[in-house]
Amino acid sequence: MKNIGHKIVFLSFFVLILVQANAQRFPKPEFESGYEQPSPTTPEPRSNALEYLDVLILFASLSLASWLVIKRRSRRGVLWLSIFTLLYFGFYREGCICSVGSIQNITLALFDPVYKISITVLIFFLLPLVFALFFGRTFCAGACPLGAIQDILVFRPVSIPVWVRKALGFIPYLYLGLAVLYAATGTDFIICRYDPFVGFFRMDGPYTMIIIGIALLLLGLFFARPYCRVFCPYGVLLNWMSRFSKYHMTITPAECISCKLCEPSCPFDAIEIPVSEKVRTQKVLRQNLKRFSLYALLIPVWMFIGGYAVSSSHVLLSKAHQDVYLSELLIAHPELKSDTKNLDIKAFLESGKTFDELVANASLIRAKFKSGGWFLGGFLGLVIGIMIMNQFVFRTKTIYEPHKGDCFSCGRCMDYCPVVKLK
Amino acid sequence: MAEDKIIKRREFIHTGVRFALGISLAGIGVAAARKTTAEKWVWQIDPAKCTQCGRCATDCVKSPSAVKCIHAYEVCGYCDLCGGYFKPGVKKMETGGENHLCPTAAIQRKFIEEPYFEYVIIEELCIGCAKCVKGCSSFGNGSLHLQIRHNLCDNCNECAIARVCPSDAISRVPASQPYIIKGDFHGGTKA
Ligand code: SF4
Ligand code: SF4
Ligand code: SF4
Ligand code: SF4
Ligand code: SF4
Repeated sequence: MKNIGHKIVFLSFFVLILVQANAQRFPKPEFESGYEQPSPTTPEPRSNALEYLDVLILFASLSLASWLVIKRRSRRGVLWLSIFTLLYFGFYREGCICSVGSIQNITLALFDPVYKISITVLIFFLLPLVFALFFGRTFCAGACPLGAIQDILVFRPVSIPVWVRKALGFIPYLYLGLAVLYAATGTDFIICRYDPFVGFFRMDGPYTMIIIGIALLLLGLFFARPYCRVFCPYGVLLNWMSRFSKYHMTITPAECISCKLCEPSCPFDAIEIPVSEKVRTQKVLRQNLKRFSLYALLIPVWMFIGGYAVSSSHVLLSKAHQDVYLSELLIAHPELKSDTKNLDIKAFLESGKTFDELVANASLIRAKFKSGGWFLGGFLGLVIGIMIMNQFVFRTKTIYEPHKGDCFSCGRCMDYCPVVKLK
Repeated sequence: MAEDKIIKRREFIHTGVRFALGISLAGIGVAAARKTTAEKWVWQIDPAKCTQCGRCATDCVKSPSAVKCIHAYEVCGYCDLCGGYFKPGVKKMETGGENHLCPTAAIQRKFIEEPYFEYVIIEELCIGCAKCVKGCSSFGNGSLHLQIRHNLCDNCNECAIARVCPSDAISRVPASQPYIIKGDFHGGTKA
């Protein structure tokens, strides 16, 4: 192994000398005909001022969405706003950068000592969450291009059984956890890579993602907002902010009269129906309390199992990292070290890094996955534990209300309520 | 009245949690703020690291790629037998298509004076395949090299080429200095 290292060092020296020689291979001519040497053109990137304008527009759409749904109570207004968002943040800004993907930039900035982010990215991450803390998920209602493209294609929504919804509700947590793990280890930005709609916004992209995008939009005709409900990792954060929001929208402008008219109005099954008195007998309540505490006690066990399981799959998870992949490949097939057809190997040989360095770096990254796996698994265990525990929570609910976490504040249900506010 | 108490208590808990969530958001904000700059960041290729693998042409989310060949004239030798223009081993230095190394004939050869020729990239034709770059750096001065063109690039949150570049040649640079051009290039004309 040492020997190969030496050879590579030698080889890289050789390459280095070659490169140095390159620069002087042919001297720059001295022209006599008065030829003026042109300069390469350097078209500027989109100006920084425009990025700040984007922040301003985000702030404006969030404020407008919140006002429209909470004060004006206008579904039509929200609809127009989401069309604007779709055009501006979607088709014009081509989907980048969005708040959903910014999770990864923030994570990487927190973990990587040299990675820097622009302040606009940080604002894109924080602003919708702060708004959710006060007004609910108004970002989803009118400022998210991914939400908007799905929302305008809600055609004939069907109601999904509660248990299916609960089970699917676990996926966003998993997605969020993986996205953070992959971003923190500097492996990949999976949210951006598997963004199903950015291909539409750009009218270009890998065809697999375009197909998945089309499939999701078609599914969305019946299963409204599939990406939001089953995948969106940012939705997890918004959900939790919104649950404790101060001024969340309500279905009725005044007092709910339990007329049930709004019951079928929400395409996302986000309306909570009052719990019937029968279920709330003292006996049932006491029994539930017992189960609730039992399952609460089980949470640490779930966390440990989750942590152990994910951490032990760190070998598999870390394969996505380029260095880990390459070193594994070279360890398993040492004969490939001279394979100049493999671009990755060839570039590695030319880079002048030694094999030992590569392996050392790969095991460092793998160690990060191992410890990160405990956090991710623990987090997922906690989520599962709480989900199970919550089966036994019965809220004493007497009126029709949106579930503050799941409701996208789209405003559809408001039009179904017959109650009018008396001045 | 008991109901009232329950509602009050629930409201109190909600306010508490809301504050806790707000504080955690502020915490993330402060922690991340130390890594923020007022400036924007864009992706660029370091020509010193690029090994001309060809993935720039195939892996950009744009088609054709936002990566184009640029010519750092400063470093060019204006050779008659250009390693970036001609296929290796051409018999006669004729500008016929069969002699072009570039698959799209995106390089224009112009006579300047004996024995010097100027080579200009026609950007609309270039697909960023790096074939000429390879030729130029193996047989010439390496004045042809790839750059991400910011009028074409979408500035993806994570550049799709950076992810697969075997040489780690693509990284983010401050938007005020968005190009890494060989030779002592300062500014230059702006398109
Ligand atoms: S759930 Fe996610 S994708 Fe859907 S609207 Fe909200 S932030 Fe956007
Ligand atoms: S505002 Fe909320 S509860 Fe009402 S229809 Fe929209 S998502 Fe459903
Ligand atoms: S992917 Fe990397 S090595 Fe390949 S041509 Fe582009 S910059 Fe060069
Ligand atoms: S050989 Fe490839 S990189 Fe060079 S000018 Fe032609 S298309 Fe562009
Ligand atoms: S940032 Fe996106 S558009 Fe720009 S070069 Fe990379 S992949 Fe292409």
